Amino acid sequence: MLSRRNFLKGCLAGGGSAVAALAPAPASARGNLTNPPGGLGLLYDATLCVGCQACVAACKEANHNPAEFKTADRLWDTPLDTTGHTFNVIKVYTNGTGETKDAGINGFSFMKTSCMHCADASCVSACPVSAMRKDPVTGIVTYDPDACLGCRYCVVACAFGIPKYQYDSPTGRIGKCELCHDRHKDGHYSACAEVCPTGATLFGRTVDLLAEARRRLALKPGETTMIPRGRLPYSDAEAEKASTWRKEPDQSYEVQAGRYVQHVYGETEYGGTQVLKLSAIEFEKVGMPALPAKSSASTSETIQHTLYQGMIMPIAVLGAMTWAARRNVSKDDKDSRGGGS
Amino acid sequence: MSAHLPTAPVGGKLINTTTVVCGFLIVLMLAVLAARFVLGLGAVTNLNDGYAWGIWVVVDVLIGSALACGGFSVAMLVYIFNRGEYHPLVRPSLLASLFGYTLAGIGVMFDLGRYWNFWHIFWPGSWNLNSAMLETALCISVYILVMWIEFSPVLMEKWGLNVARKKLGKVLFFFIALGTVLPMMHQSSIGTLLILMGGQVNPLWQTPIVPLLYLLSAILMGYGVVLFESCLASSAYRREIETSMLGPMAKVMLGMLGVYLAVRVVDLTVRGAWGNAFDFGLVAVFFWIEMILFCLPFALVATAEARRNPARLFLGGAAIMLGGSLLRLNGYLIGYDTGPGWRYFPSVPELLVTFGMTAVAVLGFIVVTRLFPVLPREEASAH
Amino acid sequence: MAKQDLMLLEGDARIDAAATRLSMTRREFLQFCAVLATTLGLPQGADAAIAEAVAAKKRPSVIWLHFQECTGCTESLLRAEHPTLEKLILDVISLDYHETLFAAAGHQVEEARLKAMAEHKGQYVLVVEGAIPTRDGGIYCKIGGKTAIDLLKECATDAAAVIAIGSCASWGGMPSTDPNPTGAASASQVLGKPVVTIPGCPPNPYNFLSSVVHYLTFGALPAVDPLGRPKFAYSRLVHENCERRAHFDAGRFALEFGDDAHRHGFCLYKLGCKGPETYANCPTIQFGDMGAGTWPVGCGHPCIGCTEQGIGFQKPIHAVAKMKNIQPGVFLPGVIEQKGMGATLGSAAVLAAVAGVAIGAGARLTKNLGLSHKAEEMERAKKAGKASGESAEV
Repeated sequence: MLSRRNFLKGCLAGGGSAVAALAPAPASARGNLTNPPGGLGLLYDATLCVGCQACVAACKEANHNPAEFKTADRLWDTPLDTTGHTFNVIKVYTNGTGETKDAGINGFSFMKTSCMHCADASCVSACPVSAMRKDPVTGIVTYDPDACLGCRYCVVACAFGIPKYQYDSPTGRIGKCELCHDRHKDGHYSACAEVCPTGATLFGRTVDLLAEARRRLALKPGETTMIPRGRLPYSDAEAEKASTWRKEPDQSYEVQAGRYVQHVYGETEYGGTQVLKLSAIEFEKVGMPALPAKSSASTSETIQHTLYQGMIMPIAVLGAMTWAARRNVSKDDKDSRGGGS
Repeated sequence: MSAHLPTAPVGGKLINTTTVVCGFLIVLMLAVLAARFVLGLGAVTNLNDGYAWGIWVVVDVLIGSALACGGFSVAMLVYIFNRGEYHPLVRPSLLASLFGYTLAGIGVMFDLGRYWNFWHIFWPGSWNLNSAMLETALCISVYILVMWIEFSPVLMEKWGLNVARKKLGKVLFFFIALGTVLPMMHQSSIGTLLILMGGQVNPLWQTPIVPLLYLLSAILMGYGVVLFESCLASSAYRREIETSMLGPMAKVMLGMLGVYLAVRVVDLTVRGAWGNAFDFGLVAVFFWIEMILFCLPFALVATAEARRNPARLFLGGAAIMLGGSLLRLNGYLIGYDTGPGWRYFPSVPELLVTFGMTAVAVLGFIVVTRLFPVLPREEASAH
Repeated sequence: MAKQDLMLLEGDARIDAAATRLSMTRREFLQFCAVLATTLGLPQGADAAIAEAVAAKKRPSVIWLHFQECTGCTESLLRAEHPTLEKLILDVISLDYHETLFAAAGHQVEEARLKAMAEHKGQYVLVVEGAIPTRDGGIYCKIGGKTAIDLLKECATDAAAVIAIGSCASWGGMPSTDPNPTGAASASQVLGKPVVTIPGCPPNPYNFLSSVVHYLTFGALPAVDPLGRPKFAYSRLVHENCERRAHFDAGRFALEFGDDAHRHGFCLYKLGCKGPETYANCPTIQFGDMGAGTWPVGCGHPCIGCTEQGIGFQKPIHAVAKMKNIQPGVFLPGVIEQKGMGATLGSAAVLAAVAGVAIGAGARLTKNLGLSHKAEEMERAKKAGKASGESAEV
């Protein structure tokens, strides 16, 4: 029998080593990942959006998704949110009487909901079997149903609540916007941007879209400006020439600038996203969560790397446990001869 | 010195009220599972896009595996800290752990949406080494295997495979050691899973030291389960309650509990998270229930005299089990908020599966202890 | 006033007389009244009221003035085929002055006008077609030596109602396009008071005709919007009733004339269609009684917004329209929607029942454990007591 003193020592040692092992060490911290330079994305400008839902219809068609119904008569495609079968929706924010577009009081605003293609995506970090992958060149977060287990960790991890599982099927898969990446080889870009009549959804390289977003924020409300539609050409003329997107006439047109909230959503959130948003109403009110610059993936992976990098810590602990177990088991054998167990 | 008491099957009738009720619950569960696999998760559960993890993940797997840490906690005491006097607790706690973890592993398969791809977890080509989920799944899988190996001497004894038993006995120490390291890894990683959810988890349960909290609470729950099950099994089998072992073990538990509570309180204070506990809502209420449950053992089994009372030992164990379970339930479900407008409460079929899995564990424990040499031999009457 | 039931007019001789006068069968006449009632958006029974009014009332006198116009509005009226409107318009109303349609000209016609105005003083309807030049004293349009401004003011003085037909009379129209060298102005601007306006270039003739028949039937002009436009025709945007709206909503646009999308009849918004900012009923009643597709968009050309001041003849034809009346669709989800299943009676009851059983069993077990412990403690105390008692006794 151990003396009380030795027992307490053992407890403290055990507890202490547990604490030491699990308190994250800043030395092996893993910072945010950033958008790749050729990262593709969208710029959504809520002040230009008229709620026509052409983007919702186009997305359904491009992804061969069925309609979803929230009414009993099941006549119109009316999803309440993105789901495993709906990758893009336009939602409405209403305040008071909801009379004036883009007014904070007694007004309404539209907001597009679809995958943000984060620089440091939580879903990519979460997936145990690499079903969620971020393309190193285009930065698009794609989903591979053949690798997926359906564990839905990506669903609970995503800060925007984007990946969704198809609960209505015994062989359901996860569904989310993948920026129409399988259409890129045919020169088509995101369907939502292709059809948008007002240029509210604009496709392009995130660096170029960010410059365009900043340009709009610098305008005075009511100032006339040219707004591009469809795809924003690369700012780099040579890259634009070499690109394989389909040829389209210039659809730019003149509008009067809206009164923006002075923030490009997606510039800093979780280290940046490839889909950017502009709005006349505070982003939290229109459903875009306030997120810190440090991504949750960087915290999670810092912890994992600290504890398990190279399996050094587990093997060391295993060595110590093996030594102790061996010693105590053989002592037991010496103490009890031929007894049970 | 260790107390190696001879073990023997309890014997007695297998059919009684408890086992019949368990059987009935199991039949109900199987019916629900049939529907789940034919029609999909949406047809039997209330899982939705806002709450993708419901009680099948949080209770059956996460809480279930933590409650199955009895074997781990006792193995630590007996084989690492060399407290041989607890040796009689090894086999029964190992059995309970074995069932708990095996059922948790099977329970995972019910919840996976694309379960036929599960083998990818074991395929290195698929691995995302950054994922805490991968590590948890691999660890638990290996641990289940290790526990079966650790338990095999019991089976070999019953079936008279003595040569095999001797050979295994020579290398058993390594599996025992593995059986202490693996739970450390995956029980803490179950806490790490919360990190990715970021601000969706209430600050009362979202912290960078969450793996430490989950590891400490898992060890505590292990002791709690041993207290609970020992009292329950002894009472059910009309055997003497081994307060001479359980009492000192409760004292060890109190020591760890002090460490856990200190870490928990300091963490909440340093992060300035206490405000959420006074927010008047379901979340705050459940937080306080969890804290009170964790503190109860100090009121119940603080003195040596109290620790001689099996009623107090039983309640103390139950309090820790419930407290630790609530820590997990609160972090993953009650304190989880993916946005306004989402609601989740398990459906009746969902509940039936959880009850059914519990019934399998209870029924399994009863059958194995009655038929195999797990519990110490007793001259007293056994049913 | 008006009998509200067509059945009650069954044997009415006046209906037959009116039909004969208008060279229609009785059935055609009643159909015509029904069409007018529908165009006006009037409730059931109004067709009977109109039939009776047309049959019974004395035809109102109409003075029709032409100023800076192309006569397109008159031509539009003449193109109405259903039924032969030249007869109808001359018989439903008494057209006492109309430069285009009159055979006579010159001083005789002017005298006829003055005579009619005196004879029907306070009762005639004044229709104005064309804008009125105001620069340089309005010398850019003179008829019979009088400027348009003077003519208009003179005729409006004793008119029962003034109707400005066409965009030119309604708000200045094409003559008022920048830089507006003649100072072309609308009838209401010159008169300094609001008048009923039927804008369009040209407007659908039925918009005008229905307003007149409304006046004839009910003694008042139809309800108008703040610009004086009858609400039954001008309260909706072209975009709201456009037959190609489904293409807009699905994002199918023609980008160039003659491209694939244009040939498929897709939406012309990106070609500059002003439908989203133009109030008119063109998509609904179209033009020329020729069947579907007889309006600009139906023929494949974007709407130019000819009824709207500031848009028609002002905004470039292919400039993108600014959307008016943007309202969130009824089916658009809100930012916050209730989703998911909460606790139901059944699930809560099941959980409560099981929890209750568990707690009950646990309580019972605790009690039993406590009792057996107490018994043991008492045994031990007794033994200790006996031992100490024995030792004490010794």
